Amino acid sequence: MAELDSLYKAFRQIGEDPAQILTPQTAFVVAYGHEVVGLQSVEGVILIPRRTGEGIELRATVLEGRHIETPVHLCFGLFERVGVQNVLLQLTMQPDSRATFWSHCLFTNVENARHAMTATVDIQAGAQLIYNEVHYHGVSGGIEVIPRAQVAVGPRARYVADFTLVQGRVGTLDIDYDVKVAEDGVAELTSKVYGHATDVIRIREAVSLDGDNARGLVKSRVALDDEATAEIVGATYGNAAGARGHVDCLEIVRGNAKASAIPEVRVSHPQAKVTHEAAIGSVDQKQLEALMARGLAPEDAVDRIILGMLG
Amino acid sequence: MTPLLTINSLTLRAGERALLRGVDLAVRESELHALLGANGAGKSTLAYTIMGCASYAPQEGEMRFAGERLNDLPLHERARRGLALAWQEPARFEGLSVAQFLRAGTHDSDPAAALAAVALTPTDYLDRPLDKTLSGGERKRIELAGVLTLKPRLAILDEPTAGIDFLTVDEIVGVIDAFRLTGSAVLLITHQESLAARADTASQLCGGRIVCAGAPATVIENFKARRCTRCNGVTCGHG
Repeated sequence: MAELDSLYKAFRQIGEDPAQILTPQTAFVVAYGHEVVGLQSVEGVILIPRRTGEGIELRATVLEGRHIETPVHLCFGLFERVGVQNVLLQLTMQPDSRATFWSHCLFTNVENARHAMTATVDIQAGAQLIYNEVHYHGVSGGIEVIPRAQVAVGPRARYVADFTLVQGRVGTLDIDYDVKVAEDGVAELTSKVYGHATDVIRIREAVSLDGDNARGLVKSRVALDDEATAEIVGATYGNAAGARGHVDCLEIVRGNAKASAIPEVRVSHPQAKVTHEAAIGSVDQKQLEALMARGLAPEDAVDRIILGMLG
Repeated sequence: MTPLLTINSLTLRAGERALLRGVDLAVRESELHALLGANGAGKSTLAYTIMGCASYAPQEGEMRFAGERLNDLPLHERARRGLALAWQEPARFEGLSVAQFLRAGTHDSDPAAALAAVALTPTDYLDRPLDKTLSGGERKRIELAGVLTLKPRLAILDEPTAGIDFLTVDEIVGVIDAFRLTGSAVLLITHQESLAARADTASQLCGGRIVCAGAPATVIENFKARRCTRCNGVTCGHG
């Protein structure tokens, strides 16, 4: 199928071998625009895509007690210059299940496009989900990415989410995640974004620690140069006894870029504790000089520091 | 023999305050030169000035390295000419592994051997992030390993044993000896008498001024006698 060939080609462009990712043992969904062009479920993982009037609806379920060793791959992309991709994802981790999902978002060729992902994630008691979303963009900057997620982390469940967009122009990025964590549950959200030119970045990630001893970490790492702008809101609410949360935001700004970090911490239970740290500025001088003292030119040292932070 | 590093009448001011006052210093090839002085005497300031760190550009005086004037060279160019600095408080990096740091700026380094030289088990450390998960002592030893991998002509070691447990100090002494065995000169900033006593030559800084230079025993004795810090500037002139 031509679309699948295009996707394979896109994978190769970013240095990934699709044959290593989409193996016979791997559960995957491959969607081009609003067409599902590849689908494979494996034992313990049910993937049901459906085309709707507005886009693609994908129901993904990891069955109770199943520990899926091989990551599940969700591949989304547009391979033409202009287009829209709307994805409605309903992901359920049944009790005591475990899985890692990789969401590959390939938009290397687009010039005027929109990718919207609206996710509802239900991680039931004792389950564990690692969800890595990696975007690969081209140099045009003509893409709008709008990820939305409502996540419920059940008792003793664990949710680790990592969003990375460091290749190519960001375009416009508008992330809005809400995560609610039940007793003894854990949520760790990390976003890493590198903005250039006139890229516009908005990230709002909120974690409500609603159950006793719930834990949360909201971590953002953003580098900006040229005229790029970023507004980062990391929110954590401690609403139960023993809840512990932390918001950690670090932004490196160069050129005429502008950044703001708004840590929002709120506690509504006397035995909850939420902390935050935020740093915005140029590259740390001490780090810069430490690398220059090893003979690295200033620009190489800066790149090393930023890529390390976004690693 | 022409000194590898020559510093003449070096003066560094921060606003109205003089941090270095007419410093003269010479370090020869393969020499171990100890730099002594009380806290705040200007030892680290001199190290940063030699290395070329930001805000440490001297207003007066000249620094020469292997005959070449250093004053106008940026930090990384000084490093490329064979100057290296082990920082008193090394930087930490998010997302940079120990191995990546030890390979930075070198083409033929052996990170594992360098870690072993500072009594760290390479397999335990090479893949670890160079961040706050390392203790201060571990980070210091990795810093020394980093300088080893550079094979510098002159290694400036700023209090290399500070924060190091006493069981490991002997290994650090071994590292200093290793520099010399490979032909590197060492400018050693230290508060440890036993380390200073191993040097070939020594200098004492006080109030940003070299107040005593010569044989280590003489300089150590002068420092211990606190002559310059008790003279109110009458003898050493820094008051």
